[in-house]
Amino acid sequence: MIRRRNVRLWLLILAILHGIILCAGFSAPYDPIQQDRKNPYLPPMRPHFVDVGRRLHLRPFVYAVQLRPGTFDQYVEDTTQPRPLKFFLPGDRYRLFGLFQSRFHLFGADSDRVYLLGTDAFGRDQLSRIIFGGQISLLAGFLGSCLTLLIGWCVGAVSGYFGGWRDDVLMRLAELFLALPWLYLLFALRAFLPLTVNPLHAFFLIVAVLAGVGWARPARLVRGIVLSAKERDFVRAARGFGASNFYLLRRHILPEASSVLLTQAAILIPQYVLAEMTLSFLGLGVPEPVPSWGNLLSNLQQYSVLVSYWWMYLPALAMVPFFLGYLGLASALQERSDPYMIERRSLGSLA
Amino acid sequence: MRDRPGTFARHWILVRLLLTFFALCFLAAFIHAQQNNSKEELLTLPGEIGRSGGRLVVSLRGEPKTLNPLIAADARSREVIGVMQADLIHINRATQLTEPALAKSWKVSTDGLTYTLVLRTGLKFSDGQPMDADDVLFTFRVYLDENTHAPQRDLLIVGGKPIAVRKLDAQTVVFQFTKPYGVGERLFDGLAILPRHLLEKSFQEGKLGQIGSLGTAANQWAGLGPFRLKEYVAGQRLVLERNPYYWKSDGSGNRLPYLSELVFLFVPNADAQVLKFQSGETDMISQLGAENFSVLSRQQNGYTVSDAGPGLEYNFLFFNLNDLGEKASPEMQRKQKWFREVKFRQAVSAAADREAIVRLVYQGRGAAIWGLVAPGNKRWGDANLPRPPRSLDRARALLKEAGFSWTTGSNGESTLQDSDGKLVEFSILTSSSNADRSKMAALLQDDLKQLGMRVQVVPLEFRSLLDRVTQSKEYDACVMGVASYDADPNSDINVWLSSGGTHLWNPSQAHPATPWETEIDHLIEEQLSARTFDQRKKLYDRAQEILAEYQPMIFLASPDILAGAKNSVGNFHPAVLEPYILWNVEQLFLKNGGENAPR
Repeated sequence: MIRRRNVRLWLLILAILHGIILCAGFSAPYDPIQQDRKNPYLPPMRPHFVDVGRRLHLRPFVYAVQLRPGTFDQYVEDTTQPRPLKFFLPGDRYRLFGLFQSRFHLFGADSDRVYLLGTDAFGRDQLSRIIFGGQISLLAGFLGSCLTLLIGWCVGAVSGYFGGWRDDVLMRLAELFLALPWLYLLFALRAFLPLTVNPLHAFFLIVAVLAGVGWARPARLVRGIVLSAKERDFVRAARGFGASNFYLLRRHILPEASSVLLTQAAILIPQYVLAEMTLSFLGLGVPEPVPSWGNLLSNLQQYSVLVSYWWMYLPALAMVPFFLGYLGLASALQERSDPYMIERRSLGSLA
Repeated sequence: MRDRPGTFARHWILVRLLLTFFALCFLAAFIHAQQNNSKEELLTLPGEIGRSGGRLVVSLRGEPKTLNPLIAADARSREVIGVMQADLIHINRATQLTEPALAKSWKVSTDGLTYTLVLRTGLKFSDGQPMDADDVLFTFRVYLDENTHAPQRDLLIVGGKPIAVRKLDAQTVVFQFTKPYGVGERLFDGLAILPRHLLEKSFQEGKLGQIGSLGTAANQWAGLGPFRLKEYVAGQRLVLERNPYYWKSDGSGNRLPYLSELVFLFVPNADAQVLKFQSGETDMISQLGAENFSVLSRQQNGYTVSDAGPGLEYNFLFFNLNDLGEKASPEMQRKQKWFREVKFRQAVSAAADREAIVRLVYQGRGAAIWGLVAPGNKRWGDANLPRPPRSLDRARALLKEAGFSWTTGSNGESTLQDSDGKLVEFSILTSSSNADRSKMAALLQDDLKQLGMRVQVVPLEFRSLLDRVTQSKEYDACVMGVASYDADPNSDINVWLSSGGTHLWNPSQAHPATPWETEIDHLIEEQLSARTFDQRKKLYDRAQEILAEYQPMIFLASPDILAGAKNSVGNFHPAVLEPYILWNVEQLFLKNGGENAPR
């Protein structure tokens, strides 16, 4: 079964990627909000294997950098000071999954900080910020799409199964939500909220907003499936035997929708991660100094950053493997679920 | 051949007639010229002699609101009005000293109460109408009229009484003060003399506030500045043309300005200004941020950027010290208890890493400050003002003295708490459109974290920020910046006085809330009527020292004035006072004689 292996492969890739993000405290070398004011806009340090004397080292190393005198952001490598990269060495304290305290990091250097992806305006490590930022962005995407699908599932089931005025009301409401200019609504909403939103509240706000905005499409999808499923013979038969509405929905109708919902989830998560990035980019997301992919990118709103510091674009690249993983998973799931329905469902999921 | 003598005689008469005619013409012209010369007293400016002609393009961050000096409140309108209008006495932006302008000379009576100004003769508005003492009287009548609501009115009320203006003759005007006025003749800078012939009707109808929109017909608007209105294209540009009646000339007697057109392009923001300048669409740029400055200086391509040194902008942090009365929530009351504690504010000031702000926000193109008088203001800085270096130990000691203590939280971080055991948490507002100040706030956030304070930075759109600070007063702390428009500290009088609208930490008080604010009020009032610079300086120094002691404003840094111009622009001398690059617009010229087409 090639297809099944496909799904597993994609799941494995995603699991590895998420593992890195989930264990951010370990995989990131530094605290993402710690400023190193001596090294603003430091370009990424290149790991070397061969030193200036053409000697090969098995352990990768970076050269220490020094600010060129009289400049603000021009650095030169000091080839007299190699800094070997060490693995599993102690550093800043962190909590893994909010539970275990630890000090060990995947890599680092003994005497000095290494910045493999450079630093931002305050000398904060870009790599650590990208890894920690992923926690916010991916979790927002994940929770947002779960909530969306849950709402969509319920609304779609009620609407499709009971029909009549309930269907009318719910579907008109769904259309209303589809038609709303939600970005502007968000700005308006932000203006009504209290001035200071702490990062946790801001995060849940984003999740709620994503779910609130997105439920209409999956709801319509589920409704279509329920509509066709409730007329199937085995459903009629079950009803004839006296099954209750709830039993029918739970046992016979909604399972029909589950594979569609899984595919939907795989498509929605990257979409929602992107939506979170958009919101944070526009300043509606988690506030500084907490990193998220969106507010890391918002530095690029400044022209000078855009043209001077190419490594500030890297957060945008970070999401690419995740998106590929999710989209690959989505298509594998789609193939697996029902080869004869590929066409219809891909249309549905694109709609 | 016999005819010849007769012909000659006839010709001779004709020649004589012609000669006489030419002589008469010449004489008439000469007399006329003489009369003109005696009538028109041009002000001769030193400086490089330029070439006439050409169009110079600069950009503005958005459209100016109005051309009317009586209602202009935004910087863009003031910039445009600055090149269309003129004042009686002008502050030279380079020397920061006063110079004759429309008034060729002035005398101050020995008691300092009477200023007698003598106008230049032969002055004309940009529409060719003559200007005399009646226009000056009209102008000040308009400024002082309460119904006009002119922002200039406050400046003209000295000791609670408006300045009395009377005319001695067509060229002489006398200004009478009821109290000596320390600012002296600097007062007249920026007070545009208005054309009575165009505005009197609207003034009588009480409609002066409604005229002068950008769409005004060019022949309905006039001024005494170097340029006059030509064309306005909504959303795109404002085109001004040379005022042929302008009253200044260069060293070789050429009438200024050199440029035949000055164009203001409207662009949405600072980055767009940089892009337009880089692409050659604009000839000059000012108010550059340090980051954009370094972008431009890295790829200098037919243009030069220059650093004019620290300017008059000062950036500071302040806490909400307003008396909120009943409407304050218990939480706000608790916060204000900290904010009102002098040692708390001193601790925040001691923890602020000003050096890092200068380096990280301004890339070293700025100066750390500890007082309200910005370093660009050479004459008024207080050398004795304490400038303590950053010290977290001192900050901690101060907090301890004020009854604060530290606890270690569950995550191992030490957090500050007040005497009631409540965590010290507050938010700092910044303007979301100002990247520099947002960065400052982020640095402060980290500085204060080291004291165990939990600070959130809240970027807000500038207008709603201002609304919160001055109207609703719903905020904890705020990072803001003010740019003084003059090197005389009286331009910041509304920041100093407790009754002032920009006394930001507690604006527009009926009575000063604290003894030290009372003392500052007294000092400022006293210096207003002090006669000599030394007296005033002493009083101001004392006021600065009080401010430094009580830290209602925690001064942070002052950026350099950074500007740039194409190499083809002559007489480009950026100043640290507004308008940074257009202050000598009449002397600006294009070296290639108007061939400044976009690259």
